[in-house]
Amino acid sequence: MSKKLFLSGNEAIAFGAKLSRPHVIAAYPITPQTVVVEKLAEMVSSGSLNAHYLHVESEHSALSAMMGASAIGARTFTATSSQGLVYMAECLHYASGGRFPIVMMNANRSLALPWSIYGDQRDSLSLLDSGWIQVYAEDAQESLDLVIQAYRIAEDIRVLTPVMINLDGFALTHTYEPVIIPDQEEVDAFLPPYANPNIMDLQHPRNLGFSSTPKDNMEFKYQQHAAVLCAKDVISDVDAAYGKRFGRRYGGLVSNYRTEDAECVLVTLGSVAGTVRAVVDEMRKEGKAAGLCRLRYMRPFPEAEIAALSATNRAIGVLEKDISFGYEGAVYTNVNSALLKAGHASPVLNFIGGLGGRSITREDIRSIFEDLLAAERQRAIDPVRFVNLGVAAHGR
Amino acid sequence: MTEIVWHARGGQGAFTAARILGMAAALFADKFALSFPTFGPERRGAPVLGFTKIDDQRIADRSEIEIADFRVYLDETLLDVNNQDDIKENGIVLVNTASGIHATGFGVQVVGIDATRLALEILGKPIANTALLGALAAVWDGTKIEALQQAITLEMKPSLVDKNVALLYEAYTTIRAEMT
Repeated sequence: MSKKLFLSGNEAIAFGAKLSRPHVIAAYPITPQTVVVEKLAEMVSSGSLNAHYLHVESEHSALSAMMGASAIGARTFTATSSQGLVYMAECLHYASGGRFPIVMMNANRSLALPWSIYGDQRDSLSLLDSGWIQVYAEDAQESLDLVIQAYRIAEDIRVLTPVMINLDGFALTHTYEPVIIPDQEEVDAFLPPYANPNIMDLQHPRNLGFSSTPKDNMEFKYQQHAAVLCAKDVISDVDAAYGKRFGRRYGGLVSNYRTEDAECVLVTLGSVAGTVRAVVDEMRKEGKAAGLCRLRYMRPFPEAEIAALSATNRAIGVLEKDISFGYEGAVYTNVNSALLKAGHASPVLNFIGGLGGRSITREDIRSIFEDLLAAERQRAIDPVRFVNLGVAAHGR
Repeated sequence: MTEIVWHARGGQGAFTAARILGMAAALFADKFALSFPTFGPERRGAPVLGFTKIDDQRIADRSEIEIADFRVYLDETLLDVNNQDDIKENGIVLVNTASGIHATGFGVQVVGIDATRLALEILGKPIANTALLGALAAVWDGTKIEALQQAITLEMKPSLVDKNVALLYEAYTTIRAEMT
């Protein structure tokens, strides 16, 4: 029987990992991820989870150990955050290039300097090009469900690509809410044991983790790209299959809210989407047609879903906790590209907020929607705006 | 939606209270709840907040509570009685105090309870959070004392449950008796 508990996002991730029956867990604790690896260590220690637990000396070693274990056919789990994630950056490329279907949780947290333990999304977004599938959860239930789904996506023979599940540090990792824990037998039926024909095997020796020359390197990289593109269909199928078995569907690559007849749509990702949804409802009551598109996956990128948001006289905004210094937010670059390819002619604005843990309030989001509603009438506007900026903006 | 903010110093149990209240609502009263602490490093003695949001439907807005229905002070040195801006009209302020404050004004009711004394008598420790949960159930019918008892039983170490349940009911009946 499934049961309901009152859990934090971190605890929900630990339960999701336990239900997925990983063989090996290697991790290094870091705020705000620590509770995930503490809970898993407790589960292994008490015998409720039968896994090898490696408390390694660094994040670089954690992911290296995962690759080794994955190579011999083990299901693997790790979790990190911020400085830990960028410390393992070298291994992120190794893991995706090696096609190891590792599942990792990342607690989104600011990057130093200034040193800060508070949340923003610059850590994972700065690693968009590391070849991993990247998904962003909105609440604790989705976090748990995503771990189970991530293994089925990563281990699909058409995909064989690691998955990074991102949770907003504190706002999601440290908030408690009711979470339904699925029945283990149901999870076992949904997620069969990991079976990859390409593992390290003395009876059937093959070359793994090899080097290449210009003669064939590009073909490997192209196939890696094609596998991540192929994950789009797999993600959609897994979402449908999960919904059928467990009664919860999230909508695949994106989750839209009241976008059909919207005059303006705000695209965002992570837990702030909940606050945006509440503001959309308030604005609708006032007769203002606002809508929300929550990006669940950043890689593979939901290009078709973003293109479908394009409509005549519909301003579109992108709210993200990220800046690529010297240009604009990375999410905006991606969304804008998809919209322009689709021929979108109305304004597309970038709202950068929440850096270093600053809260994004209902009033902030309301003001973003008001900017979007006004944007259609304005000309030559600066598309990149900072929410609640306390210093003078450049060039003003 | 009902929004409760817990005021305390690090180590006094504000977040435990926020979480037990949310758990009581979500697991034992068929409601939805979010509970979260002030985010950031934990420092014993520093002012901290705990937040609980309770509603009949799923709660999407995860931002901090600015205007609360209830503000509960585990430590009265944190209370600024002149500040009425952060509480809804007809909201209630609950204060752990030995001086017996009971006041109304500006549409805000202030209810005092000597929670530390009750905790010392029953637990033998000056940890006032459970007593204030009982006091909250006495002034707000949106949370049931039985649900709080179930949450305490589920959440606390078995060796602490009986005394904390006793403290919960003692505070509840104390405030109930004063109200009638």
